[in-house]
Amino acid sequence: MTDRPHLAVIGAGPAGLAATVAAAAHGVRVTLIDSAARAGGQFYRQTAAALHAGRPQALHHQWRTWERLRDGLEAHVRADRTVHLTDHHVWLVDRQLNHFTVHALLGPEQETPVEVRADAVLLATGGYEKVLPFPGWTLPGVLTAGGAQAMLKGTLAVSGRTAVVAGTGPLLLPVATGLAEAGVDVAALVESADPKAFLRRTRALAAQPGKVVEGAQYAAQLLRHRVKLLTRHTVVEAHGDERLEAVTVAALDTDGRVRPGTGRRIACDTLAVGHGMLPHTDLAETLGCRLDGLDVQVDDEQRTDVPGVWAAGETTGIGGAALSLAEGHIAGRSAAARLHGTEPDPRTWATAAKSRTRLGEFFAALDTVYAPPARWADLVTDDTVVCRCEEVTGGAIREAVDGLGAGDVRTVKLLTRAGMGWCQGRMCEPAVAGLAGCELTASRRPFARPVPLGVLARAGEAESEAESEAEAEAESD
Amino acid sequence: MSSPLDLAEAHPGPAFTVTLDGREIEALPGQTVAAALWAAGVTSWRTTRGEGRPRGVFCGIGICYDCLVTVNARPNQRACLVPLHPGDAIRTQEGTGHDD
Ligand SMILES: Cc1cc2nc3c(=O)[nH]c(=O)nc-3n(C[C@H](O)[C@H](O)[C@H](O)COP(=O)(O)OP(=O)(O)OC[C@H]3O[C@@H](n4cnc5c(N)ncnc54)[C@H](O)[C@@H]3O)c2cc1C
Ligand code: FES
Repeated sequence: MTDRPHLAVIGAGPAGLAATVAAAAHGVRVTLIDSAARAGGQFYRQTAAALHAGRPQALHHQWRTWERLRDGLEAHVRADRTVHLTDHHVWLVDRQLNHFTVHALLGPEQETPVEVRADAVLLATGGYEKVLPFPGWTLPGVLTAGGAQAMLKGTLAVSGRTAVVAGTGPLLLPVATGLAEAGVDVAALVESADPKAFLRRTRALAAQPGKVVEGAQYAAQLLRHRVKLLTRHTVVEAHGDERLEAVTVAALDTDGRVRPGTGRRIACDTLAVGHGMLPHTDLAETLGCRLDGLDVQVDDEQRTDVPGVWAAGETTGIGGAALSLAEGHIAGRSAAARLHGTEPDPRTWATAAKSRTRLGEFFAALDTVYAPPARWADLVTDDTVVCRCEEVTGGAIREAVDGLGAGDVRTVKLLTRAGMGWCQGRMCEPAVAGLAGCELTASRRPFARPVPLGVLARAGEAESEAESEAEAEAESD
Repeated sequence: MSSPLDLAEAHPGPAFTVTLDGREIEALPGQTVAAALWAAGVTSWRTTRGEGRPRGVFCGIGICYDCLVTVNARPNQRACLVPLHPGDAIRTQEGTGHDD
């Protein structure tokens, strides 16, 4: 198997799994690398093995697709065509003359370095949730909607008895129904958009009958659990001292402003909140891949503009699990053909290409409907913490913008330290950009994960060795 | 009332004991620090450097670093990622965690 070309796939979500299975089936040796203990990514996040879940599918949708992916991966691993590295956090992918080196840190403590060399890489690192600040959002008991889902699927844990699910976007539906099924009293699902606007976009809907059925299933589940649905509403404030005790929600007017006098208080110990998703693009950026807005830019074959680098799934744009699967499949087949030195035939992935187009249109339509309330920044008081890591308030950011003339995220960061903490701005950047009145642009982070200095030093040594080897090779040619 | 464990028909191995600031709490095999603390009714386990405000899980997937905690004398571990083992000593963390 060693003479087969070698593809490193980073991310074992729907996109990375589909890509791995497709590439391995077409004669490529694949190393699938993921930070989680089990394959699945966010959508197919698996419960920790030691919890021995007898019916894990109770927490999932499209379980049969997952079984196919899982069985495919296992077959390729058994046949020695694929290696699946779990618990490997990739912090850098480095491109040399004729190969790539993937640098990872092992395990939750992330100190032991591991390097994987490959002929090509496929980035399938997915995305993470965006949350815009409001007073009280740092209270324990307030968490991201996806985080609530991840804790539930991954460790069968829920934080409280009564939850409110709030924000905007399609992810709120599975989160609210998941919590309700798991025995949490979901007091309300608070959606700031008006999903009825989506129903009027009949063209995008008609092209996706499966998605309509999915939506109807969630609606039925919400009804069964008596979850109150408040649309065109938003959370104004989370209340509590040491932990969340209640939230105030209020109606929005057509301009996205809170309607005075409509506030109502809902007692709860959990608030799961999200305002959409952002793609994970750090690895692509350090490789020098061009971005299109916030997304990694790819061609019809899912190739980035850097030779030997493919990207698939939500790293190339937020669009859900089914779109990630289609993109992963195409990327895997394209990479396999190109690594064998042949021109791929797009007819071999016509079905996937068709669903990619349709789902792309569907999510573009969703995007125009599910947007955070236009005047969300009005809710950010001067005392509201905006950067959670460095505890930078709305007042400090406004002072940097209005008083000191900062006009972009970078300058605000330098003046206030917003975005300089542990998470490197992943949580506060959309809010800082919004408050500074500028577009959210991709921020350049040197590494995808914090790296111990010792590891960096050793990686430097390994690189110079690899380079002198490559030079020696080139000279002997 | 149903629970997530019932819903997924989970049959974990026997619970084991870990400590939180010296107090014994039970954990199940496969649980992360965050999951075990939630199950024990604890939602915050650190205070911030600046204002000393309580924090716990926020993103749930290792991105936000809000859930930092000290495990077996190692500060700044992400509770949402670190799995527990029998006898582990969890300590709530103040500030940078390096004053412990
Ligand atoms: C917390 C969360 C929960 C979600 N839950 C749902 C849900 O229940 N239902 C739903 O419809 N949608 C959900 N989504 C939306 C979800 O993002 C997509 O629908 C889908 O999972 C995207 O597939 P993907 O393959 O592009 O990426 P993902 O599924 O996100 O997979 C990416 C994988 O890459 C790995 N990875 C990323 N960076 C690195 C790195 N540097 N090193 C190593 N590994 C890395 C991650 O661990 C992950 O396993 C959720 C999103 C989030 C953030
Ligand atoms: S909750 Fe965000 S890193 Fe653990």
